[in-house]
Formats: sequence, structure tokens, C-alpha cells
Amino acid sequence: MPKARVYVTLKKSVFDPQGKTIQDALRSMGYSDVEDVRQGKYFELALAGSLDAARARIEEIARRVLSNPVIESFRVEVEP
Amino acid sequence: MMTIGVVVFPGSNSDHDAYHVAKHVCGQNARFVWHKDEDVSGLDALILPGGFAYGDYLRTGAIARFSPVMKSVAEFARRGGPVLGICNGFQVLQEAGLLPGAMLRNRGVKFLSQPVHVRVERVDTPFTCGLTAGDVLTMPIAHGEGNFYLPDAELDRLEAEGRVVFRYTQRDGRLAEAANPNGSARAIAGVCNEGRNVVGLMPHPERAAEPELGSADGRKLFEAVIRALVSV
Repeated sequence: MPKARVYVTLKKSVFDPQGKTIQDALRSMGYSDVEDVRQGKYFELALAGSLDAARARIEEIARRVLSNPVIESFRVEVEP
Repeated sequence: MMTIGVVVFPGSNSDHDAYHVAKHVCGQNARFVWHKDEDVSGLDALILPGGFAYGDYLRTGAIARFSPVMKSVAEFARRGGPVLGICNGFQVLQEAGLLPGAMLRNRGVKFLSQPVHVRVERVDTPFTCGLTAGDVLTMPIAHGEGNFYLPDAELDRLEAEGRVVFRYTQRDGRLAEAANPNGSARAIAGVCNEGRNVVGLMPHPERAAEPELGSADGRKLFEAVIRALVSV
């Protein structure tokens, strides 16, 4: 059964209020070398069918549902 | 008499407020439309209310936009029917592609529940007709993701097309960084579609429609759409 990992992140041009808050907290804890934090989402999906079919299906799901193209981009990894 | 439909998603929480204002404050007919219903016949206007549709899991409005009712909402909008998205309803309309932009987390990350002032920028929509550009309305916001975002070039286009309907301002109608509660691009609190019949805003007009609630300004949006429908 093909398994997929989908990483959804805010586009680089989009300000990430959560990432900024985490970065500020880390710096206040003494991790002064942390220069940037970006928060994102991670999904694991298991699909029935062939690897190629799964790849196409996951791309569609990631584009249509798991991410919002206005603010987010995504990356997909599929393995048997 | 008009019949105003209020769409109910699992997790909507301002549906009864919107119904109450349409029916009891403005004296019109009102009808709830369950999100699995596709029948919006007989309705003169649609409201997508505030709340947390599907718990806002994944993203605000992301799952609700696939509800069966949304096909009917899109068709209603395509035919020019007036549609108002309030707060979460606005987010659902954005996810559905019926309104531009997306909402980021509030600039300060916190959920905000407070009164705000918004300036009416455009009066050529069914929900602002009869108002005066520059009018300042006081209504509450209640959201964690209301930080309106579009890339700069698209913001320019939106402005050029006169589709920014409400902007966060001070009480006197002047723009100020401190008066923009969530960090929205260009202080945008509400926008409309190209056809101008679909409007979304983050503040809650239905929670500020009677003097007992501290402001009756929100009633003006309801009265506007009633006026717009009468003149059709």
C-alpha cells in the first residue's frame, strides 16, 4: 500500500505569525542563533492502488484540499 | 417581504444571531439551510454565518467549502444573488474561490474578541447600498485568523477595481496601525467579488444590530440588502 508524506508550508513571501512567535520564544530562552522559524503542516496518507496512481492522487489532494494556493505551497513524497 | 437564507454548517455559531436579526429585528422571512441541503430556491439572499465550521480543522473554511450546499451557493452567486459571508463565512467563501484572498493567523497570534471600527469604502454592493462612503461602523470581531492576505500586485488590482468594501480605522475614520487589530494587508476588513454581489467581512454585523448590544450599526447591512432587493 503506497504511503505518502505531504509537507505544507507558508510561501516564503508570506509572514508567519506563529513561526515568529516561536522564534521570539526561542531567543528569549537563550537560543540566540535561531534566525528564522517557519511553522507548517505534515500529513501521512496511505492509499490503495498502484504507486503511480497514488502519486497522481496525492498531488491532486494536496493541491485541492490540504493546501491553500493563495498562501501555501506543498511538497509530496510517495513510497511503496 | 424578503426571505433570507442562513447556511448552517456543523460548527456554525452565529447562525441564530443572523436569523434573529433578519427575522425579528428587520421583520423579514428567514430560513436555515443545512449544509447538506442543496435547495436554495425561494431565497432572496444568503448569509454564511460565523463560527467554526468543521472545527476549522485543516484550515478555516477548508472542509466546509466542499459541503453540498456550496455548489448551490456558487450557482446563486453566479446568477447575481446577494451573498454575505461573516467571519468564518467569509473564510469559507475565500476557500471556495468566491472571494479573494486568504486569512493568516492574527499578527499577534491571539484570538481577538473586541469591538472595532470599520470605514465603509464602497456603497455599490447590496450590503452597503444606501450607506455613505466614509461612514464608520462599530461592530465586534471574534477570530484567530483574520489577517487578510494577498500578494501586493493582487492587492493593487483589488483596490483598482474598487473591491475593498470595509477597512479597519479609528473611530474618526482615519487609518492607524493600532486600529488594524489583526495586521490585515491595507487594513482590509471586507471585500467583494467582481460581480459585487458577494461580500465578506470579518466583523459581526449580526452581533451589533440592536442598541442593547452596544451598537446597532450592523443592522445597516441587513437593511441595505433588503433595500437592494426591493429596488431590483
